[in-house]
This record gives sequence, structure tokens and C-alpha cells, in this order.
Amino acid sequence: MPLIELSGVDKTFTVRRRTGRLRRARQVVRAVGDLSFTVDAGELVAYIGPNGAGKSTTVKMLTGILVPSAGRVRVDGLDPARQRRELAGRVGVVFGQRTTLWWDLPLRDSFDLLRRLYRITPSRYRANLDRYVDLLELGPLLATPVRQLSLGQRMRGDLTAALLHDPVILYLDEPTIGLDVTSKAAVRAFLAEMNRDRGTTILLTTHDLDDVERLCRRVMVIDNGRLGFDGDLTALRAHAAAERTLVVDLLAPAPPIELPGARVVRVDGPRQWLSFPAETRAAPLVAAVMERYPVADIALREPDIADVVARLYAESSRRA
Amino acid sequence: MAEPAELAGPEDPAVLVGGTGATRDVDRTGPVQTAGARPPGAVRTYLMLVRMWTRASWQYPTSLLLLTATQLLATTMDFATILIVFAHTRSLAGFPLAGVMFLYGTSATAFGLADLAIGNVDRLGRHIRLGTFDVMLVRPASALAQLAAEEFSPRRVGKLATALPVLAVALTLMPVRWDAGRVLAVPVMVGAATLIYAALWIIFSTTQFVAGDSPELLNTVVAGGSFLTQYPLAIYGREVVRGLTWVVPLAFVNWQPALYVLGRPDPFGLPAALRFASPGVALVLTALAALAWRAGIRHYRSTGS
Repeated sequence: MPLIELSGVDKTFTVRRRTGRLRRARQVVRAVGDLSFTVDAGELVAYIGPNGAGKSTTVKMLTGILVPSAGRVRVDGLDPARQRRELAGRVGVVFGQRTTLWWDLPLRDSFDLLRRLYRITPSRYRANLDRYVDLLELGPLLATPVRQLSLGQRMRGDLTAALLHDPVILYLDEPTIGLDVTSKAAVRAFLAEMNRDRGTTILLTTHDLDDVERLCRRVMVIDNGRLGFDGDLTALRAHAAAERTLVVDLLAPAPPIELPGARVVRVDGPRQWLSFPAETRAAPLVAAVMERYPVADIALREPDIADVVARLYAESSRRA
Repeated sequence: MAEPAELAGPEDPAVLVGGTGATRDVDRTGPVQTAGARPPGAVRTYLMLVRMWTRASWQYPTSLLLLTATQLLATTMDFATILIVFAHTRSLAGFPLAGVMFLYGTSATAFGLADLAIGNVDRLGRHIRLGTFDVMLVRPASALAQLAAEEFSPRRVGKLATALPVLAVALTLMPVRWDAGRVLAVPVMVGAATLIYAALWIIFSTTQFVAGDSPELLNTVVAGGSFLTQYPLAIYGREVVRGLTWVVPLAFVNWQPALYVLGRPDPFGLPAALRFASPGVALVLTALAALAWRAGIRHYRSTGS
């Protein structure tokens, strides 16, 4: 049985807009429409989409913060909107843009308070805290009030806070936003380890496509409240008709190379860029170029995930 | 379900996050069972958070004492106003000083207690705007208890520091034959009044689910209303008293039960049974507050990501 299950979920908001001095127009805005997907235990899934696509709305329905307008949501067998508090003991949530810790309390006190709120047994609390403090190098920060922590330090504190009670599912809303490269790497390594060792199911929303590439085997792309894609990274590249690029350095500047199945997209002196569909094999193309032109150097570029996703977004906004 | 990405290589993240289903299942059985432990009750959550915030506020004792003194000063001014009025008159709407002190003492004590306990609920709108209300909702504890206890400060005790002595003095000065019913009536009326204030505070706070960050309405009605009940309602006239009886039932905070304790006729000729209605009014308002809160949560819209 899947751990997370959405079927035909709608979420609409009624917005009142001023149209005149006193007149207001009611307008129904659909944040999420007919959304269905399942996530199995132990998966690590990226949930991506442009701003306002419905990512946060989905996560809020999965945690019971928002009540769906229609459709069915089940998380670990519970209905989040009706059994929010019961479910809360089994899930962890990290909001990248705000902390779940208490601003004025030292980290240690925040953790201790969470231990009581979640009724974590002392032995399990000790074991978990020791482990996270060790993995995330929080030791020297435990006595520091949260407001004095840097963004990266705070995020590590938030990750610990979300995992002290051994949740079955961890939702992360842009966990690496605003972090420097080192902190991002630390967060990603930690998440990968939690998923691998504890089997914690992780659903993460992000704008950082490196997160996706480095962590997730499965990607769901949402746009305009609808699921535009659900599959692995390879399939995502193929789905968006992504292209690979051959960068050819000729010995001397020349007119654009002409080859069947590839097209020159850019010329800069002796260097030329040839694009071809991702599923076309590169070897015959390289051989053909080498045979017909005097080549100094040649390089192959895989499609950038950012390009792939940008393509997908553009496609869905054309449809809309 | 998605297949694992067909990528390979030592730096490949797909390999990093891999792992067999078997080890996962073994690992999961341990933590998951205990994670379903019953969440703490609302009162327990509340007391725990209050203890913690009280401890935290003692880290800055000077600041705490100064703030407490400020609260004390504010309520003392209210009472000073009454004393000034009585410097010019011997009675107010037929009530001598001791009677008005009794009204002030009961109203201010109840308001002080309600404010101490759940005054922070009026920050709901701010918590919604900042997204911190979402954080409370994803914890397995009563959101209302968390909201009420958030940043609890014992400085609010300052409000009681005037109210309780005034009430005590009033009780000794009042020319009342203290039979069992009247002795019992005083704690019951203070208890009911505290519930009435707390319930109204919550009901008006829940308007912020719809109206956004706007504690002003709440402050006008409840805090302003509590000021009215420091005086005999008879001085405000029939229409105001009608509103305070049937619309925002602040007449049941102290006016009606005080008529019983002091053995006075109702100047507006309302039925004598109303004098004993305070506990009932308190319970009805508490039930309404619970309904309003539930409806608010159900229609909560959160803020953008």
C-alpha cells in the first residue's frame, strides 16, 4: 500500500477583488486541480514546479494544514485534514523559509521542548539527538539562541528538529534555499543518509535543480496545479525532448557544419555547437564530423536539467 | 513507480541514495511504532510551554520586573480613576465605594486571569501572516494551546496585583450578610467571568482567520468592554445595558451576579433569574469559542509558500 496517496484532489480559493469603490468581485482560483499520485515507503521524490504552481499547497494538504476542496488524500492510512494531530506525530516538516524552532531559545531548549510535544522517550531522544548532532556538527551550537544562528546552521537545527521523533515521512519545502555550497552539500548528504539508513520517505519541493540531480530518483513536475510529469530523471530529459550538444573545435573558422540529424546552434570562430536529440547515439555523429572536417578538439554536453525543466514549464504554459 | 535513474559512476547520487528494500523494512519497524504515541492533551501542552517560557523570561529579570511594573501601573490608573470619582460623590448609580470596588475587583481579576492565561491568542493574525501558525499546525499538540502559550510572560501577573487587593478590601467593607450562597457566589462569579472573557477573546481572535492581522476589533470589544464592567452598568443607560446583556454578554461578568451578592434590585427590571445565569453564559460562550476555532481551522487558508 502506498504511503502517500492523492486522488482527484482539488484546492480552490475564493479571492475577493475590489472592482470599484465598494464593489467586490468574487473569483475562484484553483491552486491545485485533479491531482493524483502515490508515493511508496522509502522513496525520495522531488516535487518541482515554478512559483505558484501548487507545490506548497500540496504539501499543506498532505500535512492537514489545508483542507482539500475535493478529492481524497491519505498519508500513512490517515486523512490529514481530519486526523492532523495524529498524523503530525508521524511526519516531519522543514520549511526552508521559516524556522520551526523557537527564535529566542537555545537550540538545546527547542529540542527539549519538541521532545515533550512529541512525547519522545528519553532513550530514543538521546540516541537521535546524539546522532544528528554528530552528523550535522551541531555540538558547538546547542547553547546558541536560534536567532543568532546563520541560515545554514539554522537549517541543520531545523532538520534535527524535524527528525527527532523518527517520522515516517519528511516533507522539505525548499531546504537548500539561500544556503552556501558547503551547507547545501551537508544537507543533501544528510538527507541521502536518512533515506538510506532509516528508510525515511522524503518529499522535497525545490527550485534548486542540483538538489534533484544529486538526491532524487523520482521527479514530479507540477505546473498550474497539475502534474505535468512523473518519472525518473532520464525519462524527464526524454519527455522534454531534451537535446545533447556536441562542441566542436575546428582547426580554422569554417562555414556551419552540415550533418544529417544535427544542427548548428552557434558559431564562434573555429568553435561550433551542434545540437541533436538526446536519444540519438553520439558516436556516429562524432565519427562523421571527424571524417569530414579538420577537428582540433571535441566535447559532448549532456542536457542540463535546468534546460529540461524550463522547456517543460514553457510547454505547459503554452497549453494553458 | 519510477525506476531508479539509469546513471552510474562513483559520484552518482542515485547510487548514493540506493539501498535495498530489505534493510529499510528492518529499520522501520523500530521507530514507527513509538511515533504513534498519543499526543499530549491541550492543558498539558499549555502548562509545559508556559513553564518553559516563564523560565526563559527569568533570564532577563530586570526587563521582566520593569514590564510587570508597567502592567501594574496601567491597572492601578484604572482604579485611581474610581477613587477620584468618589472624591466628588458618595455613590455612583446608588452604589457606594465598596460596591464599585467589588465590581472593579471582580472584573479586573477575571480579565487579568483570562489575559494571563490566553491573552496571546490575539496574535493569531500575526502568526498566520508570518507562517508560524503553520508550524504549530504540524505539531501533534493543540494549536490553540500552543498559540496561547507562545511567548507567555509572567509580567501579566502585574494586572492582578491591583485587582486582587481591591477585591479583598471590597469584600471586607461591603455591608453584606455572608450566607453560604453569597460566599459561594464570589468564586463562582470570578470563575465564570474569567471563562467569559477568555471565550470572547478567542471568538474575536478567530475573526483574524478571515480578516487578517487585526487585533484592534478584539481589543475594542473585549478590553474596552472589560473597562465598562468596572463600573455599575446602571450609569450607561438602558440601551447600552441591553447590548451588554444580549449581544456581547459582559453584563454576566459581574453586574448580574453582583446584584445578587449585594442584594439590590435590577434598575432595569430584568428577571432575577439572570443573576444566576453567569456560569451558563460562560459555558455557552466556551462552546461557541470552540466552534469558532474549529471553523477557523477548517477554513484556514495559510499564506503563500
